[in-house]
Amino acid sequence: MNVSALPVQESGAARLHIDSATIGYDKRVISESLSVSIPDKSFTVIVGPNACGKSTLLRGLSRLIEPSTGQVILDGADIQSYKTKEVARRVGLLPQTAIAPDGITVADLVARGRYPYQGFIRQWTEDDEQAVRRAMDAAAVTDLSGRLVDELSGGQRQRVWVAMALAQHTDILLLDEPTTFLDITHQIELLELFTDLNGTGHTMVAVLHDLNHAARFGTYLIAMKDGAVVAEGAPSQIVTAELVEDVFGLRCLVMPDPVVGTPHVVPLGRDRGRS
Amino acid sequence: MSTVNFGRRVLVLRRGRIAVRLDWRPVVVCAVLALAVVGLAVLALMTGSYQLGPGQVVSALTGGETGLVHDIVVEWRLPRVVAALVFGAALGVSGAVFQSMLRNPLADPGVIGFSQGSYTGALLVILVVNGAYWQLVGGALAGGMATALTVYVLAYRRGVQGFRLIVVGIGVSATLGSLNTWLILEAEREQAMAAAAWGAGSLNGVSWNQVVIGGICIVVLLLSTAVLSRSMRQMELGDDTAASQGVRVSPARLGLVVVGVALTATVTAASGPIAFISLVAPQIARRLARTAGITLVPAALVGALLCLAADYIAQHIAPTPLPVGIITVILGGGYLGRLLFTEARRRL
Repeated sequence: MNVSALPVQESGAARLHIDSATIGYDKRVISESLSVSIPDKSFTVIVGPNACGKSTLLRGLSRLIEPSTGQVILDGADIQSYKTKEVARRVGLLPQTAIAPDGITVADLVARGRYPYQGFIRQWTEDDEQAVRRAMDAAAVTDLSGRLVDELSGGQRQRVWVAMALAQHTDILLLDEPTTFLDITHQIELLELFTDLNGTGHTMVAVLHDLNHAARFGTYLIAMKDGAVVAEGAPSQIVTAELVEDVFGLRCLVMPDPVVGTPHVVPLGRDRGRS
Repeated sequence: MSTVNFGRRVLVLRRGRIAVRLDWRPVVVCAVLALAVVGLAVLALMTGSYQLGPGQVVSALTGGETGLVHDIVVEWRLPRVVAALVFGAALGVSGAVFQSMLRNPLADPGVIGFSQGSYTGALLVILVVNGAYWQLVGGALAGGMATALTVYVLAYRRGVQGFRLIVVGIGVSATLGSLNTWLILEAEREQAMAAAAWGAGSLNGVSWNQVVIGGICIVVLLLSTAVLSRSMRQMELGDDTAASQGVRVSPARLGLVVVGVALTATVTAASGPIAFISLVAPQIARRLARTAGITLVPAALVGALLCLAADYIAQHIAPTPLPVGIITVILGGGYLGRLLFTEARRRL
């Protein structure tokens, strides 16, 4: 696969960061003077209560919405200054709202991830074919490639969507609640896939609801509340009972995960907790 | 190095800067449809009060005949056949565009009121300025666009959801239907007669002039649709997905609405509203070609075939010659009823 030449990164600055931006929809402001930096090569997990601006942050980072003030910086330049397809070659996003057209097969759906590399008469080059094959291998869906997406289980389907995002061949991959609606086995399987992808050099950014998954799989955590970042850093350093109570209003105990030693959150529960 | 298994046979063409992947089945289906269209067109050119043989038709078309046979084939019957073909293709593609965009088989310019709006626009041109064909096209286009805008605004509630837009469109369509009736009732008798006959959707009065002007408009619009088709296909995955893959969603959608409305409006201006072809053609095409989502070329061919067949039935098989729009209403009405029923059951 030909690795596209990327501008040399200024030392210190992350490839993707937000610089005191105001983001929201129409006139409804979600986040004001928000500054967030996605560490290169990290598996960053964004956590926070519902409607705290997690998805909005992802949409800002992938240029789906434009900040009304401030900037999103990608590889040293304002993300708005890029051509749309150029952004799509550097930053991929798997939104919650992805829809599989009726009657589409797995390989066909994965191949749609190649859009930013294709033109009107250049729709299926050797590069496209190789990228699709590698993406399906990485997401372990090669065996499903001829199947209809409608026929797959939730876990398989989510891996297919990840394969489509991988076929887009971006170094940075944003995932909006990728594990929602999956059973525990498929959640872990998918999170391990993200860890593997992170290990092969991808910068992964995921919104997750499960704090224990976030702490266990994420290498970097961003905790948000009311559109602002409350804490960020390595999970072992920032996940404390105080933080969870502050962000989620939930009293809990934080103890080491018995398997890997990362922080594990145990709610204290009814009658003792909820503010 | 193994090739990717798409679950169906694919055809890969790579030469120079060209690299295309096609599914075999749609290619074969399109070829068969094209043959059927040509066959039916020849049959339509043969049939009439003066019967001709296929040989005479072919030789008239290739300039081998003079006199009466030439006049019958080229001057009388050909404009109507070409009109049925081109208008049918335009309607098929217009329906495909809206069904893809709203991700709903009910989304059809006829059902959601855009054809009625085009008709209102054209009607106003007839009644007020008694205009020429190109003025009718302008009026139909303006009426269709105004209706599209109205439906969009009425259906807007923090974004537009497909089924809500369709329900609003059906309401707007009914309102415009009454408005059209009122306009005709208020008009002078002669104009009203002309408008009413035309309003049933007929290829009876279609002249070479209309076919050429309409045909050029439609060819340009179909080419524009082809350019937009890659964005359209990507948008079937959801707006956010398409945007994150590098589609400029808002301009693409605006472009698709404009070509979709314009295709319907061009046809409506020439022949009046020919209902249901835009509704059924994309779905028939999708089932025949077994493609993922909506595809344009098969939809165009099915549209052409349906329009030609409906006009043939209207002219030659019905007990008295009927407007083609009546036949499509009869054939499409049942289909629409079934769709509405299943759709409502799914959503409510």
